Amino acid sequence: MNTPTMLNFGAGAILLSGLTGDNWRLADYRARGGYKALEKILENPNHWTPDQIIAEVKLSSLRGRGGAGFPTGMKWSFMPRHAPEKYLVCNADESEPGTFKDRDLLRYNPHLVLEGMIIAAYAMGCARGYIYIHGEIWECYERMEEVLKEAREAGLIGKNILGSPFSFEVFNHHGFGAYICGEETAMLESLEGKKGQPRYKPPFPANVGLYGKPTTINNVETLANVPYIILNGGQRFLELGQPNAGGTKIFSISGDVKRPGNYELPMGTPFTVLLNLAGGVREGHMLKAVIPGGSSSPVVPASTMLDTKLDYDSIAKAGSMMGSGAVIVIDNSRCMVKSLLRLSEFYHEESCGQCTPCREGTGWMVKILHRLEHGEGREGDLETLDQVAHNIMGRTICALGDAAAMPVRSFLKHFRDEFDFHIKNRRCQVQDYV
Amino acid sequence: MMKSLLSDQSLRLIETAIAKYPEGRKQSAVMAALTIAQDEHGYLSTDVLNEVARILEMSPMAVYEVASFYSMYRLKPAGRYTLTLCTNLPCALQGAGSAAQYLKSKLNIDFGETTKDGMFTLQQGECMGACGDGPIVLVNHKKMCAKMTREAVDAFIDDLYGSAGKDKR
Ligand SMILES: Cc1cc2nc3c(=O)[nH]c(=O)nc-3n(C[C@H](O)[C@H](O)[C@H](O)COP(=O)(O)O)c2cc1C
Ligand code: FES
Repeated sequence: MNTPTMLNFGAGAILLSGLTGDNWRLADYRARGGYKALEKILENPNHWTPDQIIAEVKLSSLRGRGGAGFPTGMKWSFMPRHAPEKYLVCNADESEPGTFKDRDLLRYNPHLVLEGMIIAAYAMGCARGYIYIHGEIWECYERMEEVLKEAREAGLIGKNILGSPFSFEVFNHHGFGAYICGEETAMLESLEGKKGQPRYKPPFPANVGLYGKPTTINNVETLANVPYIILNGGQRFLELGQPNAGGTKIFSISGDVKRPGNYELPMGTPFTVLLNLAGGVREGHMLKAVIPGGSSSPVVPASTMLDTKLDYDSIAKAGSMMGSGAVIVIDNSRCMVKSLLRLSEFYHEESCGQCTPCREGTGWMVKILHRLEHGEGREGDLETLDQVAHNIMGRTICALGDAAAMPVRSFLKHFRDEFDFHIKNRRCQVQDYV
Repeated sequence: MMKSLLSDQSLRLIETAIAKYPEGRKQSAVMAALTIAQDEHGYLSTDVLNEVARILEMSPMAVYEVASFYSMYRLKPAGRYTLTLCTNLPCALQGAGSAAQYLKSKLNIDFGETTKDGMFTLQQGECMGACGDGPIVLVNHKKMCAKMTREAVDAFIDDLYGSAGKDKR
């Protein structure tokens, strides 16, 4: 399966630790202590009640790794206790530009994700789960089919798991080219065999989810953290990270660095440490800007980013978001107008078309940026651009609208001079285009 | 009974997909069924879409909606190999622009076009969740090829020509 991306992890790694790229099978996972957390629970169900598991996850301060950072324990506690039919969905639709961590978890440590899922299902009383896998990573889908087969044969999923009264069925479902299906309610529509158009919230999926039944959606990396929490305790996990955000984080670093890849580091690691691990910016260039949390997060100028630690609060203080932990590095040879145009084209292409501000607004933004990029910018364009972005925000069913607007507003805020230069001089300030 | 437009093997695969969902939720298998049908026919003609609708007991309109919503379903015939190059920002920073130029000149076509011999259709795509390995080319929406430098593109095109020679349809 393809050239392996470099797997990079330090002493504190809990998700990527021990992986070679080849040791993904059940026997390998068992050999490194896999499924011990599940066994621990099923062997002592009087201690490990669903409430106890949820309490442990709450204590760990694990926050959702899919982008919104919602506390996982709290999310699980929203699931109604006694509903007869409940679902768990693992969100593996990773397609936020810059994010490629879930792919490595799925192909190199798939049973870890599955064990996390089984424990989550036990804690919430879900009898069925789906893993929704981004269509473009078809090889991961095929691997996961193999993984579920291994697990089923070993009695780890299906009826009476490991001889206990607990039963849980899991299946893979693949996407086929729609970023929006990463949004949890669009994902539910897609699982039901429809277009992936987000639903209004409320009702929230915990009450009305897949097939109208209570459903929890969690990101791949979120679930992969669960076995560690059960084995070592929520407190230990918490101490790996920051007071309100426990654990490690896989940072996907891409763009103008020498060694793009996934790096698992403790929450709160300084950005400079990550940048150095990735080999620094390309030879002869200087850091200009960083998009620290996937393409939807606001861009941060180099000077600020170099002083920022990688955790929710620090990145928020720097004016952006932790998001999915995808760090896109841009050096001084790049044109910010052209960079933003490409991101805006993406949101326009991927808007599902339901909400007018998003459908039309993303189109207008592309049009204006296209004009600016091609030396046809007009007086007042920048004000219009900012206004359009402003008018999308908060006016759409799902967060794709905000995701499209935030890059625009932040690029304009921090790199206004480059945009002005395009209008005045009808050309680009930097030589080397993206 | 009329013969299905889909092979027995495709029909079996669709049955396996249906079995993943609860009783009475056949529609959930529509994405899988369309993918299986596309793999067999190369693209999804109206007749094939109607056949999927029949199998899943869906209205044809509901199937068309799904087929046109997701970008990797093809509603028109294309080259034998559809090459989708990710041109999103992270890949662009890592050289997708030059990979695009090189692919276009090597195949002598632009994005959205098919080579005269019907072998390749070239198109640009969005983030494939593999940016660290960029530039990325996806072959027929399934096989991902990483780090597409000039040399890698050369080797890869030769390879596809080679395997096409071996199993001519
Ligand atoms: C446009 C859009 C795209 C999203 N894409 C993803 C994605 O690819 N993967 C993911 O886990 N969450 C994605 N999310 C977030 C999900 O809606 C959801 O919050 C997340 O899966 C919850 O899991 P967590 O609590 O474990 O983070 C996306 C949200 C939006 C608005
Ligand atoms: S940007 Fe090309 S795979 Fe993500």
